[in-house]
Amino acid sequence: MNVKYMYSLLAVIALFLLAYLGVEAAGLELLFGIIIPYVAVAAFVAGVVYRVMGWARSAVPFRIPSTCGQQKSLPWIKPNKFDNPFTPGAVVVRMILEVCCFRSLFRNTRNFIQEGKIAYQLEIWLWVAALAFHYAFLTVIVRHMRLFTEPVPALIKLVETVDSFFRFEILTDTIRVGVPGLYMSGLVLLAAVAFLFIRRIVIPHVKYISLPADFFPLFLIFGIAFTGILMRYFSKVNIRAAKELTLGLVSFHPTIPQGIGVVFYVHLFFVCILLAYFPFSKLMHMGGVFLSPTRNLPGNSRAVRHVNPWNYPVEVHTYEEYEEEFREKMIEAGLPVEKE
Amino acid sequence: MNDKKIFLIKDKKYIIAGLVVFIALFTFPFWYNSGKAAPGPEIKLTEKAKAAKECVMPTAYMRAEHMQLLDIWRHSVVRNSDNTYVNPSGKAFTMSLSNTCLDCHSNKADFCDKCHDYASVRPYCFDCHIDNPKEIK
Repeated sequence: MNVKYMYSLLAVIALFLLAYLGVEAAGLELLFGIIIPYVAVAAFVAGVVYRVMGWARSAVPFRIPSTCGQQKSLPWIKPNKFDNPFTPGAVVVRMILEVCCFRSLFRNTRNFIQEGKIAYQLEIWLWVAALAFHYAFLTVIVRHMRLFTEPVPALIKLVETVDSFFRFEILTDTIRVGVPGLYMSGLVLLAAVAFLFIRRIVIPHVKYISLPADFFPLFLIFGIAFTGILMRYFSKVNIRAAKELTLGLVSFHPTIPQGIGVVFYVHLFFVCILLAYFPFSKLMHMGGVFLSPTRNLPGNSRAVRHVNPWNYPVEVHTYEEYEEEFREKMIEAGLPVEKE
Repeated sequence: MNDKKIFLIKDKKYIIAGLVVFIALFTFPFWYNSGKAAPGPEIKLTEKAKAAKECVMPTAYMRAEHMQLLDIWRHSVVRNSDNTYVNPSGKAFTMSLSNTCLDCHSNKADFCDKCHDYASVRPYCFDCHIDNPKEIK
């Protein structure tokens, strides 16, 4: 047993019980269906603005881009344009590749001793799982927009169609899967989260550096995906009523329709917790990646002089000025001067 | 030194622009619906459906599981050539979307489509079973 992940797991279980009992036993649909979502969205927006503006206010005194290739140098040395960007345009390309393809994560290597020498091996699985996780999550968010828009835009319908393109159907007396159409993104998300969690407890040195703040979002997202899948395929909720609630929220005419099903409120509460927790946690790397000085600065310190913006204006007394001031006294004392 | 200060302010502009774009994207549902309340659709029952009072299964079950039931029916008819469904109260029905379901619920636009459109569900049932055609025996 490891306290680091047990606390996180217990926290998520406590949140589940809070929402479940709050709606099922105490009948607090108003709190969980309307008040908490609004508070969570407000906290998310305010938190993101606060964090990003905090980063914007921090001065960046030095050029500290991580250089992953040959810098622009003499004309006959071939520079690596995007891995060591020299111009703002190249920085933009590098940022797009970083944000969309996680290239710095792709470079992740594992080192070990082989025949007395250090050896490196490409460690690709974290990159694969991270990519799967982020894109699955994006797809999930985009296709959830069908519950927040009326009429549903064609683009969102298209994403849904693509996501449910493969029809898995298992129809036996006990297992009935396939109707409604299975979304790939939900399964990929669940699998990727499971991988990211298992990685943290199986690899010893990753386990050593993992904190409750690393496990909590994983459990929370697992809970969100799990309750979502539960609602869609197993303990079905009333989708019409669910959309009435979500649309009511986003059109500022909040209502609590009857008979949605308690799983929906648990799912919604988990999402609210994630939203409110987001700006104040490691998840804020969503904004942080754009503001990393190691990524968003061109590596041009050899060509352009960068002066620290908060340098104190130092009073300089040069030798010329010194000699100008004391020339006569220096000549009197027999000291050598540059100008007679 | 002054150059650098100007540069920092310029950067701040980009950051604020990025933030504005992000918040605009995040609040997309809020401005897309522009404050219009869209209550859920009210489905209409035909006179025949009203008269029958109960569907093949209770309403709550049908609301949640009708797609599952249709899938099971199709499987049963196509794979096992068994087209009689007996519900828990012992009543027998012919497993047929066109002849049983759409017989009572002949108002597809006001019954099926309303909720399907609202929830953005596009079942492929009606790819073949168009506008309540009667199967030719």
